[in-house]
Amino acid sequence: MTRTDWQAMLRRTSFIELNARQRARALLDDGSARELCGPFDRIESPWLEPQGVVPQSDDGVVVMKGALDGDPAVVVAVEQAFQGGGIGEVSGVKMATALSLAARDTRAGTPTPAVLLLETGGVRLQEANLGLAAVAEVCSAILELRALQPVVGVIAGSLGCYGGMSIAAALCTRLIMTEEARLGLNGPEVIESEAGIEEFDASDHPLIWSLDGGRQRVGTGLADTLVLDDVTALRTAVIDAVRAGMPAEQRSRRIKELRAALEAVDPARPPEPAALADVWARAGAKGDGR
Amino acid sequence: MQTLTYEFPASRPAARRTHVGVVGSGDLEVLMTPADGTARVRVRTSVDGFDTVWRTVLERFFARNPVAADFELNDFGATPGVVVLRLRQAIESGSSQGGTEGAA
Amino acid sequence: MTRGLTWTRALADGPVDGAVPSVITADCTLNGDTARLVAVVPHQESPYHRARKGEVGLLEGLGIAEAVTAVLTEDARLPEDRRRPIVAVVDVPSQAYGRVEELAGIHHALATAVDAHARARTAGHPVISLIVGNALSGGLLAHGSQANQMLALDDPGVVIHAMHKRAAARVTMRTVEQLDELARRVPPLSYDVSDWAKLGLCDDLLRVEHADDPDEQDVRRVKDALAAAVQRARSGPRDLSNRLTSPDALRTRAASHRVREELSAQWR
Repeated sequence: MTRTDWQAMLRRTSFIELNARQRARALLDDGSARELCGPFDRIESPWLEPQGVVPQSDDGVVVMKGALDGDPAVVVAVEQAFQGGGIGEVSGVKMATALSLAARDTRAGTPTPAVLLLETGGVRLQEANLGLAAVAEVCSAILELRALQPVVGVIAGSLGCYGGMSIAAALCTRLIMTEEARLGLNGPEVIESEAGIEEFDASDHPLIWSLDGGRQRVGTGLADTLVLDDVTALRTAVIDAVRAGMPAEQRSRRIKELRAALEAVDPARPPEPAALADVWARAGAKGDGR
Repeated sequence: MQTLTYEFPASRPAARRTHVGVVGSGDLEVLMTPADGTARVRVRTSVDGFDTVWRTVLERFFARNPVAADFELNDFGATPGVVVLRLRQAIESGSSQGGTEGAA
Repeated sequence: MTRGLTWTRALADGPVDGAVPSVITADCTLNGDTARLVAVVPHQESPYHRARKGEVGLLEGLGIAEAVTAVLTEDARLPEDRRRPIVAVVDVPSQAYGRVEELAGIHHALATAVDAHARARTAGHPVISLIVGNALSGGLLAHGSQANQMLALDDPGVVIHAMHKRAAARVTMRTVEQLDELARRVPPLSYDVSDWAKLGLCDDLLRVEHADDPDEQDVRRVKDALAAAVQRARSGPRDLSNRLTSPDALRTRAASHRVREELSAQWR
């Protein structure tokens, strides 16, 4: 780490330590943020109380409309402390509807990009099939807006982005991660319990971060920007990502690149995680798309 | 999960509604809405069987802070210390001029 | 032989094939349309040992994306209302749980499949999912969940869920018996396809006599239902809004409606 990085670290204000509401506010221009369907609207999950689970008044998703560097934007933030950031009917539909409304505004002449703060374990199991349906609707809504305006995904940590929502993350126009953040389909505990400890040792933290960590995902082109855990750094990265506009080809459309990437990896003798970026670069599987 | 309700006499009006906290492990969220003459508290807690503890904690709190408002507490196993901290944050942010709704 | 393979063969006009052994495609005549069937099937010799039983893994995500994109490309010059239907024959036990899968970014591979299905739907291809067996979790998200129309066989062998029962019980810290009891009161938790159908996500629940080994009458019944679904898809919305406006959804998904109304009202 360079000397400047250390100075930046000493001056920084942690983004990870903020809750979802504070994160959403911190990204938008000062004084511009306005929360929609907030706690006092009391749109709770109808499925938790009958199971003896205490609901949260906003169902764990914060929708904040405002300005980002002077222009309209919407931020949707998942609260990782509530039900492991699990997406249920209400929280999922909040996200999907916000994205659709941003698309509607964009079509009507007010370009409205979206920023998704994705600290989530994926589908909330207590809402099972409706959570699954909501995640499918989130994916569809990301694709609807993404055709018109950037949808920027941010995974800051500490929970990470897993399950069905990792698919949603991969559909984003651009992904911003910190070194503390993780991104993967299956959480380590799930793999260990489904496939055994020889397949994946969920207590092996260096292993987890070597596969799912922000540095690895950005290094291998599965995410775009690695930032320091700092409010200003995150906000700057988000503004840059929105300003960068639309890539030549969205990541989830680059299937030739994915084929090259998979052909370059022998599953019987996979490369060390640290070597994967080079393997893929040699195979021409780490396109820029930008 | 258990739902508990309490009422305490309260003389100090709350200026504005406010929201603090999250329903996360060892924490709770508090929604405070100004009301007249009474502190009405509804607690939904993930931990059953602590009715008397809640009563004691709340009685003590509202004896010292007789803020007239409806308080909705959604609790996920917070300790009495955390409960008091969140209630204090709620009434402080609900009375100060500069505070923003949902600041914490 | 799995149901995915059985039904794909039963519905196909001719032979089935595929770019990767675990993702098969075939053509199927439905009235005047030639639909493209796409199914994920087991591949015992897959080099990915966690994706040999029909799970949606890296190759399968890519294979679905390639199969669907091929239809999009071939039909790109056709008028939108003449683009071919795509039928996702769904029988997926889960996504693949493995270390090399995470290394190579299985979430991204599944996203390419989701993107391709959704892209086909918005381009005017009727995208129909036909759930004939398991439809679990990431498997269903990647293959089936982006369809205009979702059909399922009304059969005990059809299981649609976010996670298989044993694992769901463990993660939510309940016993399987507690989970079953809860599912009787909380419909989205149920593993029973008839309960799933009542959530408002199902466009047609199909009664067949032999779900494991369909006879001619079963195939006819399913083809008729697919043809009807294609017609509904062609005249219906190209987003997923019909999952909110179906009569069952109006009742079951009252909270979804409240979110949409309030958020739209507060949006400005």
